[in-house]
Amino acid sequence: MSKKGSIDVMTGQRLTGLEQKGVSRRDFLKFCTAMAATMGMPLSMADLIAETVGSAKRPPVIWLHFQECTGCTESLLRATHPSIEHLILDLISLDYSETLNAAAGHQVEEVLHNSVKENEGKFILVCEGSVPTNDGGIYCKIGGSTALDIIKDIGPKAAAVVAIGSCASWGGVQSAAPNPTGAKGINQILTDTTIINLPGCPASPYNLLSTILYYLTLKKLPELDAMGRPKFAYGRLVHENCERRPHFDAGRFAEEFGDDGHRQGWCLYKLGCKGPETYANCPIQLYGDVGSNAWPVGTGHPCFGCTEKGVGFTKPIHQQATVFTVTPPATYPDIVEEKTTGGWTIGGAAIAGAAAGAAVTAGIKVAKSLSEQETKDNQTSEKEKS
Amino acid sequence: MESKPLGGKIFTKPFKILMVFGIIGVILILKRYFLGLGSVSNLNDGYPWGMWIVYDVVTGTAIACGGYAMAMLIYIFNKGEYHPLIRSALMAGMFGYTLAGVSIYIDTGRWWNLQNIFLPGTANPNSIMFEVAVCVALYVAVMWIEFSPAFFEGKEQHKGKLKLLNKVMFFFIALGILLPTLHQSSLGSLMIIAGQKVSPLWQTNWLPLLYLITAITMGYAIVVFESLFSSIGLKRPLETSMLSKLAGVIPKLLIVYFVFRFGDLIYRGALGHIFDIDLKSFMFILENLLYIYPVVILFSAAKRKNPKYLFLSAVSMLLAGVLYRFNTYLVGFNPGNGYVYFPSFSEIMITVGIIAIEIMAYLVFVKTLPVLPQVKHAQ
Amino acid sequence: MNLQRRDFFKVLSAGVITATTSRSAQARPTFKQPPDAVGLLYDATLCIGCKACEVGCKTRNEKPNVHSEIEEYFGVSGVWDDSRDLDSATMNKIKVYKNGTAAVKDREIDGFSFVKRACMHCFDPDCQSACPTSALIKDPVKGYVTYDKDACCGCRYCQVACQYLIPKFEYHKALPELVKCEMCNHILEEGGITGCAEWCPTGATIYGKLDDLMAEARKRLELKPGDRYSFSVHTVDSDEKKSRPVEKYIDHIYGEKEGGGAQYIMLSAVPFQKLGLPEMPETSGASKSETLQHTLYKGLIGPIILLGGMVVATYRSTKKHQTDE
Repeated sequence: MSKKGSIDVMTGQRLTGLEQKGVSRRDFLKFCTAMAATMGMPLSMADLIAETVGSAKRPPVIWLHFQECTGCTESLLRATHPSIEHLILDLISLDYSETLNAAAGHQVEEVLHNSVKENEGKFILVCEGSVPTNDGGIYCKIGGSTALDIIKDIGPKAAAVVAIGSCASWGGVQSAAPNPTGAKGINQILTDTTIINLPGCPASPYNLLSTILYYLTLKKLPELDAMGRPKFAYGRLVHENCERRPHFDAGRFAEEFGDDGHRQGWCLYKLGCKGPETYANCPIQLYGDVGSNAWPVGTGHPCFGCTEKGVGFTKPIHQQATVFTVTPPATYPDIVEEKTTGGWTIGGAAIAGAAAGAAVTAGIKVAKSLSEQETKDNQTSEKEKS
Repeated sequence: MESKPLGGKIFTKPFKILMVFGIIGVILILKRYFLGLGSVSNLNDGYPWGMWIVYDVVTGTAIACGGYAMAMLIYIFNKGEYHPLIRSALMAGMFGYTLAGVSIYIDTGRWWNLQNIFLPGTANPNSIMFEVAVCVALYVAVMWIEFSPAFFEGKEQHKGKLKLLNKVMFFFIALGILLPTLHQSSLGSLMIIAGQKVSPLWQTNWLPLLYLITAITMGYAIVVFESLFSSIGLKRPLETSMLSKLAGVIPKLLIVYFVFRFGDLIYRGALGHIFDIDLKSFMFILENLLYIYPVVILFSAAKRKNPKYLFLSAVSMLLAGVLYRFNTYLVGFNPGNGYVYFPSFSEIMITVGIIAIEIMAYLVFVKTLPVLPQVKHAQ
Repeated sequence: MNLQRRDFFKVLSAGVITATTSRSAQARPTFKQPPDAVGLLYDATLCIGCKACEVGCKTRNEKPNVHSEIEEYFGVSGVWDDSRDLDSATMNKIKVYKNGTAAVKDREIDGFSFVKRACMHCFDPDCQSACPTSALIKDPVKGYVTYDKDACCGCRYCQVACQYLIPKFEYHKALPELVKCEMCNHILEEGGITGCAEWCPTGATIYGKLDDLMAEARKRLELKPGDRYSFSVHTVDSDEKKSRPVEKYIDHIYGEKEGGGAQYIMLSAVPFQKLGLPEMPETSGASKSETLQHTLYKGLIGPIILLGGMVVATYRSTKKHQTDE
């Protein structure tokens, strides 16, 4: 955060609203900075985010639940820095959420329909859970309509659709074989709409928050990968940022749970860790705001690849992962490894030079005295002759 | 002509300077025994053989071929007129070879197992190293026997031993000619198994022959060099006429060498590497210029009689031989994989120390034993 | 004098003729595969560069970590094995070939590949031929090349001879030893497999009978790139398989013919020369060197004839000198 920006923000009046609601200025700035960092933006973006958060008209959000466990919502509710429920409720206008709705029954259904009608083309639709398609989708019904009908009705009217959690992203656990309900992800139902997938079981609440803030701040969707996931959160393999990665590179593996290597925090690849084929920011973002190591691999369990279609809920948990192409670490020895010892040193070169110099000098001297000696010898022999 | 001790003071100023180098060398050698080869040398896994093997053993023994080359000339080709030169040549050879043997003990990592080379259970006759070791060890013994009369001459109580020794000497002389023929060529064969590590400019199946020829020419060159050098250093008259005749052998042998050397290079199509413009091609050209100089000079009878030219061509011949060996074993040797080698300060100082000890021994021997031919002063 | 010179040349030529005429009879062929050869197959396309094989090797052979300058700087130890190449504490090393952006594995341009360097266990090892004390011995049945420190004199001629730069020497020890991969023969004797193959999680390194490994390697070369194939893990006949798509191999089994053949064979999708493996003739250096040496020394006939001639010549000339004097 730039100095100028921070003073600006520190003295800005726009925070008073939040402060009244119990969010300290310090916590708020921390939050904005953390969000900027999550999105992979420069820290100066925190100012812009703060401004947006302080002044933006709260966009209406409709949160739909389908076939799921509500884990994503629960996880979101438990995000605590800063008190995220305050922020999420003040930042957005959560018009409808089956978990958080105060109202019930026909009353709340009416709220939903009114909001959709009022905000058509403006609201953000967050979907949690997969959509059953077998047997006309009868396996999930809300207010008498199947999930299939609901999403087909509401989906196209949204400004943006966010599929939170693995279920909504690609079917998740319900889509695992034999998939009795014919569960599908939102993007398989709304094939014409751009859908932001935020897979994870549960999805990291900060990834959702960052996505929404990105949208509000920059008025556009974040860059997505081929699977529709924001690149800022799903751009790298778990393997790449894993704190156990150095053990992988050093060939140190836990061979079984509880063995010496496992206790020492060695790499879990041989136990079936899917980190090498799973794209997610878990090792950086962590879970539960309780400090370091609070993520599956950190606690000693191999990553099971929940953010990756075809890995999580599909591959056996302890089957070894296919290691995706990762540029090998710079620390690996090259084919031709230049050696640091054995080369010439100043001492060696100096003594070699000195020896050569001495030899040349001596040689010249000897050659010279040989000529002299010859003349002397000749003179002696001539004398002898005479 | 009789040989006679030179006499005179042993602890002269040059001798004391040599002693300093000798002591430094010995201290560093002790360090090597306590802290390992790596503590004093730059030897490494890519260049397992460095200064010590290449200079002290491969080159040192070739320089020490004076005795061998002279013996061949005198006893095989029956040129008795060179006899006065033999004993000092023999002694220099004896020191050269003995110190090569000492160097082996410094260079080998597990020197306490060296006898395994000769023991029936472990000896490996397929190894060229085996052949070199056996011949060098035998030759050192043979040279001491050949030289031993010097210890007994002029002493009444040893007359019987001397007579017996002289009776069997012809056999040792013959052995002393055979052994260097075998191992000087094998010193070349050693590098054949190194294959592609040695640059095509030097790697050839003719290495044994080329090494043998150059060892002999270096032998003659060192006799010339030593004689002229000791004439200056020890203030003795020059032996120019004999030396110039002897030096006449060198260019003839070198022509044979060139025929094989370049014939082989052309046959293998490796001659183009001369134009690589790198250290190797430069050293190759330098090496061959040093070979050509004595050929050019020594073919001229007039220049051959001039001690200055004689000396310079002998030096050039020696340097050529030295460079040829360094080139084959070090400059032209590239194991790849990023290994580099240049001798370290301590490594060179150990070699310098060994050479200093060699010269000191030479001085002691010529002053106390009948080695150099007696000078016939004007009455 | 002329007489003697002629005699000498007669004798010399007799020696040379004996030596050269028997050349063809004594040419030493390159040795063939031992009867019950075991070996290792390394498939670079399966290697993930995890270095588990290095750890397995060091564990099985009780070799210490190589300490880095970083460790020394921070005064810590045992944290990291920082061997940069095969060395006197490292008999097995994973190295990486990188080109350009190094974005994709098993691609020559803008790609990368790993390579596992260790002793090739040649059919006809140059090191064995070079060793003057028979300290390096190729097992006549299983064919692994082992080292006997009680025989070794530390001359390091094996290091000069080996084209793969395998033997390493403890230059920094007062009582040094040679270090090279001995194919964990102490484990094999107990019925186990080599450390590298046991530790390897992907089946990149597998152990087995050489014939089986060679058959497996040939089979892999015939697979269609992209098809799925069940690769055995740890041993060639293992029940543990790993299915994955086949990469496009270079159509060559390195070690099949190199230097006459070897018991450590390799497959790769990147040319082997790029992986630092030398291009080798199909005959061993040992056969070349020994053919020459045996030609000159067979039965010591040449040298003995030469010695005979020299004895005669010197006897005559010393007699003459004595009478002269």
